[in-house]
Amino acid sequence: MSAAPSDRVEPTSFAFDDHSHAAIDVAIAKYPPGKQASAVLPLLDIAQRQMGRTTGSAWIPTVAMDAVAQALSMPPIRVYEIATFYLMFNTKPIGRYHLQVCGTTPCWLRGSDEVARACRDVGGMKGYGESSADGLFTMSEVECLGGCVNAPILQVDDDYYEDMDYERTKALLESLKRGEKPARGSTIGRIGSAPTGGPVTLTSDPIRVPSASNVEPEKAE
Amino acid sequence: MLSDQDRIFTNLYGIHDVGLEGARKRGDWDGTAGILARGREAIIEEMKASGLRGRGGAGFPTGLKWSFMPKEVGVRPHYLVVNADESEPGSCKDRDILRHDPHKLVEGCLIASFAMNAHACYIYVRGEYYNEAVALQKAVDQAYAAGLIGKNASGSGYDFDLYVHRGAGAYICGEETALLESLEGKKGMPRLKPPFPAAMGLYGCPTTVNNVESIAVAPTILRRGAAWFSALGRPKNAGTKLFSISGHVNKPCNVEEELGIPLRELIDTYCGGVRGGWDNLLAVIPGGSSVPMIPKSICDTVLMDFDSLREVKSSLGTAAVIVMDKSTDPIKAIARLSKFYKHESCGQCTPCREGTGWMMRVMDRMVQGRAEVAEIDVLEQVTRQIEGHTICALGDAAAWPIQGLIRHFRPLMEERIAAYKASKTTAMAAE
Amino acid sequence: MAKVTVDGIEVEVPNGSNVLQACEAAGKEIPRFCYHERLSVAGNCRMCLVEIEKAPPKPFASCAYPVADGMVVHTDTPMVRAARRGVMEFLLINHPLDCPICDQGGECDLQDQAVGYGGDHSRYHESKRAVVNPDLGPLVKTIMTRCIHCTRCIRFSTEIAGVSEMGATSRGESMAVGTYVEKALSSELSGNLIDICPVGALTSKPYAFVARPWELKKTDSVDVLDAVGSAIRVDTRGAEVLRILPRINEDVNEEWLADKSRFALDGLKRRRLDTPWIKRDGRLVRASWPEAFAAIEDRLRGVSGERIGAVAGDLCDAESMVALKDVMASLGSTNLDCRQDGAAIDASRREFYLFNTSIAGIEEADALLIVGANPRTEAPLINARIRKRVLMGNFPVALVGAAADLTYDYAHLGTQPGDLGSLIEGSHAFAKALETAKKPMIIVGQGALTRADGAAILAECWKLAAQANMLTPDWHGFNVLHTAAARVGALDLGFATGKTLAHMARGGVDVLWLLGADEFDAAQIPPSTFVVYQGHHGDRGAARADVILPGAAYTEKDGTYVSTEGRVQRGAMALFPPGEAKEDWKILRAFSAMIGKPLPYDTLDAVRARLAAVNPVFSVIDALPRFGAGETSGPAVGGDIGSAPFAPVVANYYMTDPISRASATMAACTAAHAPITSIAAE
Repeated sequence: MSAAPSDRVEPTSFAFDDHSHAAIDVAIAKYPPGKQASAVLPLLDIAQRQMGRTTGSAWIPTVAMDAVAQALSMPPIRVYEIATFYLMFNTKPIGRYHLQVCGTTPCWLRGSDEVARACRDVGGMKGYGESSADGLFTMSEVECLGGCVNAPILQVDDDYYEDMDYERTKALLESLKRGEKPARGSTIGRIGSAPTGGPVTLTSDPIRVPSASNVEPEKAE
Repeated sequence: MLSDQDRIFTNLYGIHDVGLEGARKRGDWDGTAGILARGREAIIEEMKASGLRGRGGAGFPTGLKWSFMPKEVGVRPHYLVVNADESEPGSCKDRDILRHDPHKLVEGCLIASFAMNAHACYIYVRGEYYNEAVALQKAVDQAYAAGLIGKNASGSGYDFDLYVHRGAGAYICGEETALLESLEGKKGMPRLKPPFPAAMGLYGCPTTVNNVESIAVAPTILRRGAAWFSALGRPKNAGTKLFSISGHVNKPCNVEEELGIPLRELIDTYCGGVRGGWDNLLAVIPGGSSVPMIPKSICDTVLMDFDSLREVKSSLGTAAVIVMDKSTDPIKAIARLSKFYKHESCGQCTPCREGTGWMMRVMDRMVQGRAEVAEIDVLEQVTRQIEGHTICALGDAAAWPIQGLIRHFRPLMEERIAAYKASKTTAMAAE
Repeated sequence: MAKVTVDGIEVEVPNGSNVLQACEAAGKEIPRFCYHERLSVAGNCRMCLVEIEKAPPKPFASCAYPVADGMVVHTDTPMVRAARRGVMEFLLINHPLDCPICDQGGECDLQDQAVGYGGDHSRYHESKRAVVNPDLGPLVKTIMTRCIHCTRCIRFSTEIAGVSEMGATSRGESMAVGTYVEKALSSELSGNLIDICPVGALTSKPYAFVARPWELKKTDSVDVLDAVGSAIRVDTRGAEVLRILPRINEDVNEEWLADKSRFALDGLKRRRLDTPWIKRDGRLVRASWPEAFAAIEDRLRGVSGERIGAVAGDLCDAESMVALKDVMASLGSTNLDCRQDGAAIDASRREFYLFNTSIAGIEEADALLIVGANPRTEAPLINARIRKRVLMGNFPVALVGAAADLTYDYAHLGTQPGDLGSLIEGSHAFAKALETAKKPMIIVGQGALTRADGAAILAECWKLAAQANMLTPDWHGFNVLHTAAARVGALDLGFATGKTLAHMARGGVDVLWLLGADEFDAAQIPPSTFVVYQGHHGDRGAARADVILPGAAYTEKDGTYVSTEGRVQRGAMALFPPGEAKEDWKILRAFSAMIGKPLPYDTLDAVRARLAAVNPVFSVIDALPRFGAGETSGPAVGGDIGSAPFAPVVANYYMTDPISRASATMAACTAAHAPITSIAAE
C-alpha cells in the first residue's frame, strides 16, 4: 500500500527517462524550427506521465517543470505559468487513480452529485481535492468533459466512464481497488452517443460512392 | 426527418469501421485530387455558395472566412488550425467526429488547407479527449501511409502536413486566439484583435481557425455540391448540423439533423421526449452553456437555427441542447454554470476575472435565497458591466446565462429570497 | 498620418498609433492601468475604454485599437463613463481598503482614478481575495492582495530588464503575480517595478512606511553612482534623503533608474565625515576648520610644487575639481590625476574618451562590438538601451571579454585582446556583420583600458573602428564606457597631467590631496607622504589621511557632471551637508584664501564661468550635439598587446563607491545576489 499523496515529498531532481525522451522527440518534431516552445504542453504531459509511471503519482514537481524549461530553452517562469494555468497538470502529488467528476450543469442534471458521493463513500474522501488514505484515489471536480449526452461522466486518468450512477461508480471503484481496469465508455451498454436502445438514425447502409472525379455535383431535388 | 442519405456523418456512433478502409466505403477520400484540381477559387466559391456557417458557435460563414486569407503566400507560410477544443458545456459533437469519423476531418483539413494555401495544419484537441486524440492520430497515420496527405497529397501535387496537438485543460483555449497562444506554448489568453488571425495568427503567420465540424463537412459539400447542402435547412441557415441533446430527456444523444428543425421535434423524435412528457419541460439551453435559456413557452415553437434562436434572444451556439424538466432548480443550474465560467476565466481582463467570481458568489446565495431582491438588479447590472467589455467572448458567455435566468425566472428568484427570509423569521421567532 | 477626431478635436497622429495616443494628442486624458508607453500592449485592464463611431456599438480599449484615417472617437459619453465605472468597480471589489497603511497612497493610479470613476460605496458583499506575498529580495516589497493584475511588472522584467522571472501563475480570479519559486529578483533594474506598478502591490522595501509623498521636498538632480548621468529626483524631508526616483530623460535613462542609484541612499547617512579631523600621534582627532587648514598649510610650507599632487575621485563635481586644479596651480603643481584605476586614456582628443555614439544613438546602430566591458554591471541603463535595440531586431552583438549574462544574445569572440585579431583580419563571421553594417559601433570598457597594454588596446580598437566604417562624417561608432561619474569631467578639465597616481602614491609627492578618491589602494602611500582627504565618507581614502576635510555628497551640493557620453549636466543641492561639512569648491576657495592665494571666484556662477573658460564644453548644459568622426587618425600607440584575458571591472554591482559601500540596503543586495556578483566575477 502506498503512502497518501500528501505525505510525498517534493523530489530534488528530475530527469526524463528513455521512454519520455522518445516521446519528446516526436512532440518537438511537430513544430517548425525555433518554435519548440509549442511543445510545452506535450512535454509537461510527458513529465507527468513519467512521474505516474515511476512513482505512481502523476504530478509535476517544480524540478520537472525546470527540466521542461531546459529542454525547450524557455525561462522557467513561463513553464510555471503554463503548468498552473492548464488544469490537467497536477502541481501537487495525487493518488494512483485520478477520479475526475464532471460537475458542470449537463452532468449535474443527470446526477453527478451521486457520482461524487460514491467516490467519497468508496475512497473515504471528504470532498474534492482529497485523496484516499491508501493513496489509491484522488478526487477532483472537473468542468465539462464534453461527453454531455452520456452524462454523468467520471474520468479516471485518461478514460471516460459514461452514463454513471451511484452504484455503477461504486462498482467501478471497487474494480480499481482490486487492480482491475474495466473497459471505458458507457456503463449501460450504449453505443457511443446513440440513444439508449440503439440508433434511430444511420440505420441504413452507409456505403455510397458518388465520385467527385467523374460525376457532376448532384443537384438538389 | 432527414434521410440517412442526406446525413454527412454516417459513422457518428462508431458502429462501422473507423479506419481508412471503412471511411473509403462511406465515400471519404473519393476523388480528393479531383476536388483540389478545381482550384482554390472554385473551392472557396463552392463553400460560400453552400451557405455553411461555422459550426463552432459564432456561425460566421465558412467560405467567407477562408476568403480572408491572403491570396498569395508571402514570406510567411499559411496555417490552418482546427479547433477541436470542444469544451462548451452541453456540446460533445466534435468528439464523435474525432473518434468515429476522423477521416472526414483529415480529408477536410487537406482540402481547406489547399484552399487557403496552407501546407501545414494543426488540430488542437482538448486534453481530456485523450482517446479521441489517439483515434484521430491513427487516422492521420493511415492517411500519411496511404499517401493521402504528406508529400503530393492524394496525388494532387500538393504537399500537406497534418499534426495533432493536445491541449491540457482550459476551456478558454476554444477561443481561437487563445487557442493559437496555447499552440505556441503560452498560456491560453485571448489576443487583442486586430490583428486578426488571417493577418497574424499562428507564429505571426496568416492563419484560419475552424471548428472540427465546419472542416469535416467540407469534403461532402464539395462532393455533393453547394446546392445540395444549401437546399437543406432554412435560408441563411443552410445544411445539416450535429445536435447534442443532454439533460432531462429520456434518451440523450447526438444526432445530425437539418438546421431549422423545431426544438420539440428534435427532442421528441430522437430523444424519446422530455422526461415525464413535454408538459414537464421547464426550460432549455439551446446552444451550449453560453447562451441564454429559453422557457417552455418558447420551446414549444422555436426552430433550431441561428436566426430563429436569435429572434428569441438566445443563440444556436454549438447546437448543444440542455434540457431541464420541472424537477430542476433553474437557479442552481445557472449557478453551476457561473461556477464553470469563474473556473475557466483566464484572468486577463478585469471585468471577467473579477466579475465571474462576483457573479458566482451572488448566484450561490441566490440558490439559497440568501439575498435581497435588489441584488437581482445588481447581479443583472454586473452582467452588463462584463458583457462587451472584455477581450474575448468568455465574459459575454458568463453574463448571458444569468441574464436569461433573470429574464425568465425572476419571480422564482424573488420567491426563493422571500422563502429564505421567512424561514429565518420563523427560526428567530422559535428561538 | 491619420486624421482622428477626438471629442470634436481633430488631430493628426502617425499611422500605427493607437487610439489612446490619438486621445492624448487631442489633450484628452484617458485613464489606464495596464498600458505603459514603453511596454508591449496588454489591453487587459479595460479602463481606457472609448467609443468609436461606425464601429460596433460597444466600448473599445483605446490602448489596443489602431487608429484609422477619419476615425471619430468619443472619450466622454454615457456609454464610456458607465463602462469605466464598471471596470473600476471590478478593480475595487477585491482590492483591500488599506490606503491608510499603503505606501502607494498619494501617488496611486487606482486611488486617483477611483476619484473619477469609483462609486461612493461597495456593492460587493462577498469575501475578498487574499494573496500570499512572495519575497522578491531586499528592494521590492510585495503586498499582492493589492495587485490588479495589469501585468506591467511581468512585461517590464521580461521586456526591459531582460530577466524572465516575474510571471502570473494560475488563472482567473486565482491568478497570482510573482516568481512561483521564491527568489530575489536578479535584475539591477528591479526598482523600476515599484514605479510602474500602478497600485501598492510592489513598493519600495527600504522606504516602507517612511513618508507620504506630500511631505517630501523634491529636487531634480543627476545620478553619480555610474557614468550614465541618469536624471533623478531626490526626495528629502528635513535633513534626510528619503527616496531617489528617476526623472524622464529620453536621451539618457528614459524613465528608468538602476537599483544602486535608487537604493544606495541610506549610505548617505552612514559613515559620514561631518567634521574636520587631524592626525595627531598616529590617531585622527576632531578639529576645527581653521585647525585643519593650518595643519595643511604648515605641511605645505617649503614643499615645491613638483612634490605636491592631487587626485580626483569618481564622484567629484566639476566645480570642486576645477577649484582643486586651480589651488594646485597656485601651489605650482600640475600633478593631477583622475584615473584611480590607472586607465589608459588618450585625452588629446575628446572623442578618444567619450561614448561618442550617445546612449540614444545606440538605437540607430546596426551592429555592436563590446570589448572588455560588462555594460550590465557597469552601466545598467546603457545595457537596457542595448537590449532595447536588440529587441528591435537586426542588431548583431559580439563580445570580447569575460562572458556574462547581458540579458541579450551575443557572439562571444573570446576573452583576451588577441581575439580582436580575427575581426581585424575579417576572418570571423561577426566581421561580415560589421562589414555590411551601416552604423556599427564599438564599446571599449574600462576592463580593456585598466591594464598595462591599455593604450595599445585603445589604439587597436580605434583602428578597428576606422576599418569597420564606424568613423564616418555622420556617424561616430567609437565609444569608451566609463564607470565613474567624474571621469569625463575631470578629463575635460585636464585633470590628468604631471605625475600619475601610481607615481604619486608611491612617494612621488610629499603632499597628496585626495578629493573623494577612494578607489585605489591608499594604504600603499608611504608614511612620509602627507595625505589630505577631502570628501564625504569615512572610506578608504579617509583611512589613510593626515587631515580630513568633510565635504558634501552629490545630494548636498550644486554640481556639474559630465557623463560618459560627454553630456554636461547639473545636479542640485537637495539638502545641506551634515554637521561641519561644506560644499567642496567652497572648502577649496576658503583654503586658497587661508594660504593667501585666493581663487578668483567666490560664487557658484563664477566657478561655472571658470569651468567654461577652462573648457567650452562646460557652457552647454544638458544638450548633446551629435557628431560624426572628423579625423580618423587614432590615439597614441603604446607598446604591445598582451594575452591576459580581460578582467571584469565591477566585481559587485551593488558596492562600487563610498556611498554604496556604506549602504545597508546594498549590503543586503550583495548578500541576496551572490549569483550576480559571481557571474560578474567569472
